[in-house]
Amino acid sequence: MQWINAIIQGILLGGLYALLAAGLSLMFGVMRIVNLAHGALAILAAYIGLVIVQGTGVSPFIALIAVVPIMAGVGYLLQWGIFNRALRVGGLAPLLAAFGLAVVLSQLMQLKFSADSQSLQTGSLSIASIHITDEISIGVLPLMTFVVGVLVIFGLQVFLSKAPLGRAMRAASDDPETVPLMGIDNRQVYALSTAIALGTVGIAGMFLGMRGNFDPNYGQAMLIFAFEAVIIGGLGSLWGTLAGGMVLGIAQAMGSQVNPSYGVLVGNLVFLLILAFRPTGLLPKAVTT
Amino acid sequence: MTTEIVHPHVVHPHAKVRRATKSSWAGLVVVAALILVAPAAPYILDRGTQGSLVTLFSLIVMATMWNLLAGYGGMLSVGQQAYIGIGAYALVYLSDKVGLDPFMAVPLAVVVAGVISFPISYLAFRLSGGYFAIGTWVIAVVIMEIIEQVPALGGGIGETFKGFSDLGPGTRIAYVYWLSLAGVVLSVAITYVIMRSRLGLGFTAIRDDAIAAGSLGVRVTRSKRFVFVVAAMGCGLAGAMITANTLRVQPDSIFSVNYAVFMIFIVVIGGIGTIEGPIVGAIVFFALQQWLADLGAWYMVILGVVAIVITLFLPRGLWGLISGNGRIRLFPVGYRLVNPLTGEIQADTASAD
Repeated sequence: MQWINAIIQGILLGGLYALLAAGLSLMFGVMRIVNLAHGALAILAAYIGLVIVQGTGVSPFIALIAVVPIMAGVGYLLQWGIFNRALRVGGLAPLLAAFGLAVVLSQLMQLKFSADSQSLQTGSLSIASIHITDEISIGVLPLMTFVVGVLVIFGLQVFLSKAPLGRAMRAASDDPETVPLMGIDNRQVYALSTAIALGTVGIAGMFLGMRGNFDPNYGQAMLIFAFEAVIIGGLGSLWGTLAGGMVLGIAQAMGSQVNPSYGVLVGNLVFLLILAFRPTGLLPKAVTT
Repeated sequence: MTTEIVHPHVVHPHAKVRRATKSSWAGLVVVAALILVAPAAPYILDRGTQGSLVTLFSLIVMATMWNLLAGYGGMLSVGQQAYIGIGAYALVYLSDKVGLDPFMAVPLAVVVAGVISFPISYLAFRLSGGYFAIGTWVIAVVIMEIIEQVPALGGGIGETFKGFSDLGPGTRIAYVYWLSLAGVVLSVAITYVIMRSRLGLGFTAIRDDAIAAGSLGVRVTRSKRFVFVVAAMGCGLAGAMITANTLRVQPDSIFSVNYAVFMIFIVVIGGIGTIEGPIVGAIVFFALQQWLADLGAWYMVILGVVAIVITLFLPRGLWGLISGNGRIRLFPVGYRLVNPLTGEIQADTASAD
């Protein structure tokens, strides 16, 4: 029974990882940028939410409505300020710039908010759960996070295949030389892609802050988990990322079941095993993003 | 796409290719003088300064190795702290548990780091670009997490390095200083030899276009694996140097991602893809560290902003600025064409930067 419980908790945790990974996948898909600042930006979103909640007294869900456009704006500005230029410099520049950004952001957050852990208070929701049997119950907040993760991935998938901007993003990914000939500025497409990616990071950061504690350095772990979800699932597939997030979540939950200090290690080992024996991931390239 | 037609008679029959320049001869003299003077430091400088120099040397070794990996091999690793930690733990284990002489244990620790990195390369090389970066980081985290579970290595608390405990503090720091000096000279020299060799030329080709290089017969994966192992050994050496200096290993700190941050910032600030860059970067980084020590966390913020600005606006780093974009070079790894009419040495034709 305990194991079934661990699997259920792992699947729900996987929803959070997939939500985190969606933005990482999107930026890589469109620009081939691996945003090493992704985790730090998710924590930034959580802190912005914290400032709003503490300043106005609203619930984190109301704050979320403000955090998403703020993060999208941050993404738009980062793309124009840093990444578009780094892409022009080429080579390792986008990675190096993103790495520098990750360090600067986590240090600034440490200066502003100290290294203490924080969380976004959701009141009674944080302990609300759906009773299934005497030993298995599903937390409402983890379930909401999972559902939101699935909805974000579904929304991105529909957006990329149907919306004009989504099509421009895929075009800029497939053939960046031809897109400008069609009268589209790649740099603007990239800026909007990063805005959307960081909008999803905003959602992920808020749910992360509501589900548990975070501190300025927590972004490192978040980047690693998001990356593992992407690789386990298979590059270029958003549904694969969801599957990857769930595999990682289940591995961590089952590891923690054996010994609380094994959770992250077991997750990492499962990732390395998949990298060794199935490097294309579980659901490789189902849909190009 | 441009097509260049090269007429055979355009190349002058008496054209000569040179590697060394005036500046590189001058550089050789300066470097030789430094290497001759440096061993005297323990007779002149106090213990604290010698300890600081050991720290500086370990930064130069790390940065030189990271540059070999990323600047020449194109592999941006965020996980070199794995080998720093392995080198450190191997030194403590071989010296204190196995009972080897600590000065024998250091080269063995370097070998251990290299041997462990070899199978790891097969795992890491399944990823490329930014995903390689995070993948190497995960591997470093896993190695740390495993060591934390091993009681024989001190678990999460770590171990004290006792190999030098029968030496007096003055003698100990002098030995560690000489050891580190030998380590830094060897690391830079090996990088220089690699980059001047056929392998170095292959790397220049890989960095510019891996597919084209492969089609011309450069063994891309083999060359990368070789450099990956060499860089791991270098970082193992740095780890052994750090432990010999601080006399303590603890998983959280010796496997800290901060080492990766230091390496990357040093190389970016100094100038990626040159042998001089990491040395210049390490000296600047070390000086800033002393100077801005009171600023605490602001210090890393400033360094991070500087690294981003240099990446975007000065991709050749400070050494690029000092050397006039490669006109001056202390360690000539490229080839230059001598203009047959004027005798002038022209810009690098096959440069490694």
